[in-house]
Amino acid sequence: MNNSILTVMLGIISSVMLSSIFSAPVQAKTIHSERSLYRNILVEERRGLRCLKFNVRSSKTQQSCMLVDDPQRLVFNYTKMLFSSLLVNPKPERILIVGLGGGTMSNTLHQIFPNATITNVEIDPAVIKVAREYFGFFENEHITSVVQDGRIFVKRAALKKKKYDWIILDAFNGDYIPEHLLTKEFLQETKQLLSSNGVLSANTFSVSDLYNFESATYKAVFGDFFNVRNNRNSNRIILTSIKPLPDGKLIAERAKALANTLAVFDVNIADLTSQMTSTETVQDWPENTRLLTDQYSPANLLNLSN
Amino acid sequence: MTNKNNKIQQWQNPLIYLLAFSSGFCIMGIELLGGRILAPFFGSSVHIWGSIITVFMLSLSFGYLAGGKLSTKSASLNRYGMIFICAGITVLPVAFSSQWVMEPIFLAIEDSRYGSLVASMALFFIPTVILGMISPYSVRLLVTDKNKSGQVAGFLYFVSTLGSALGTIITSFYLVLLFEVNDIITVFSSILVALGISAMLFNRLNQKNKVNVSNEINQQGAAHE
Repeated sequence: MNNSILTVMLGIISSVMLSSIFSAPVQAKTIHSERSLYRNILVEERRGLRCLKFNVRSSKTQQSCMLVDDPQRLVFNYTKMLFSSLLVNPKPERILIVGLGGGTMSNTLHQIFPNATITNVEIDPAVIKVAREYFGFFENEHITSVVQDGRIFVKRAALKKKKYDWIILDAFNGDYIPEHLLTKEFLQETKQLLSSNGVLSANTFSVSDLYNFESATYKAVFGDFFNVRNNRNSNRIILTSIKPLPDGKLIAERAKALANTLAVFDVNIADLTSQMTSTETVQDWPENTRLLTDQYSPANLLNLSN
Repeated sequence: MTNKNNKIQQWQNPLIYLLAFSSGFCIMGIELLGGRILAPFFGSSVHIWGSIITVFMLSLSFGYLAGGKLSTKSASLNRYGMIFICAGITVLPVAFSSQWVMEPIFLAIEDSRYGSLVASMALFFIPTVILGMISPYSVRLLVTDKNKSGQVAGFLYFVSTLGSALGTIITSFYLVLLFEVNDIITVFSSILVALGISAMLFNRLNQKNKVNVSNEINQQGAAHE
């Protein structure tokens, strides 16, 4: 008898405690979840902020977020940081995006450059579907999306001698890195796709051991590059080009010209210029760092140690 | 002299188990690296693993068939060693001509499912068939008593599958962090060849002793006459 009362009481106490833990912040409502071939896809909404997540537990897996009432406004710092690419090439006409996420980049770029052709490459058809249904991602005569592994797309595009003025590599999420998209050989193939004033921007990591390996590999393929970083999050953007990087004066001029256009999307380009450092002046990885190649690319294992 | 002969003879079974263990280790190590080798041309989608696992299972099944057949005619440790040497040699192209093999396949076949299937066939079919021959051939060499054949086969599978498990985990957790893919494959190949040679040397040593022993017996018999 005593025992059963105790059990009931424990049950009540624990359920009260549990519910208080979970209800303390405004609870995110899951409005869609599905298991695709590659991952769990979740769409959550909380206080008007809708986010795409690729896993439940970890907080670093938010792929893309959108304000339901103001879908134009860019929410993520890293998506804003990507616009620093325009300081290297202000007028891209052919844009390639590897890794779709919620499709925010594609939508925004179409608004800024309505005549530019935008090609989105995404390995997971379910992600494209979710982007269309929940994040307003759209395709038209200028915007296409291709379901393909990024590496294969790049290889085939290089064979067809395609060129792009802006290539965005955004295929890495916090949990899993496609290791064949970090190697020297892949970067060489991607380099072939860059037009003469094309810019390549990669959204990658700044905290783990992988930082050094990745930096050394980019430098080996492209020479010096810009690191765009702020201290608020663990992302960094690598900006590089086959042409020499623009100098401070040119960057300031371009920033001024772009300021108004980008302000609409809550991007402060003047701020971004202050977050850019060239590896010409600051090289913050050891000189003898091993390069990532098709033969040696344990990127996920290197990323563990952060 | 008979004593010495027994001493050498008693190491034959442990040697066979060691060889079976190593072949299990190498098979899975190579299969795991297969994903790495195909990725630059065919990506890392789920169907890449589909292709690789299909080809490995298919070739192993043919290998079991061929190995069993081969073991019916004058089975010997010498031939057993030869299987290892052949396996080691046919693994080498995986390291040294994979680019050369995969490029035309990539160009000819747009669909990366069939591309990766053909490429895994071209790279892995022959070595894996040969590696598959080892298991049934080991059973033939190990079984002397019909009543114990199940037990012997069970222990052999235990040893070789344990090797496979270790080959998988050690390759994927540690070796890829330290070495290049081609170096790991080359080491697997050398291990297979070295084991094959050691089986043949062991066989020779064993034969020599047998001859010595029988000579001795003959001599003793002659002395008695």
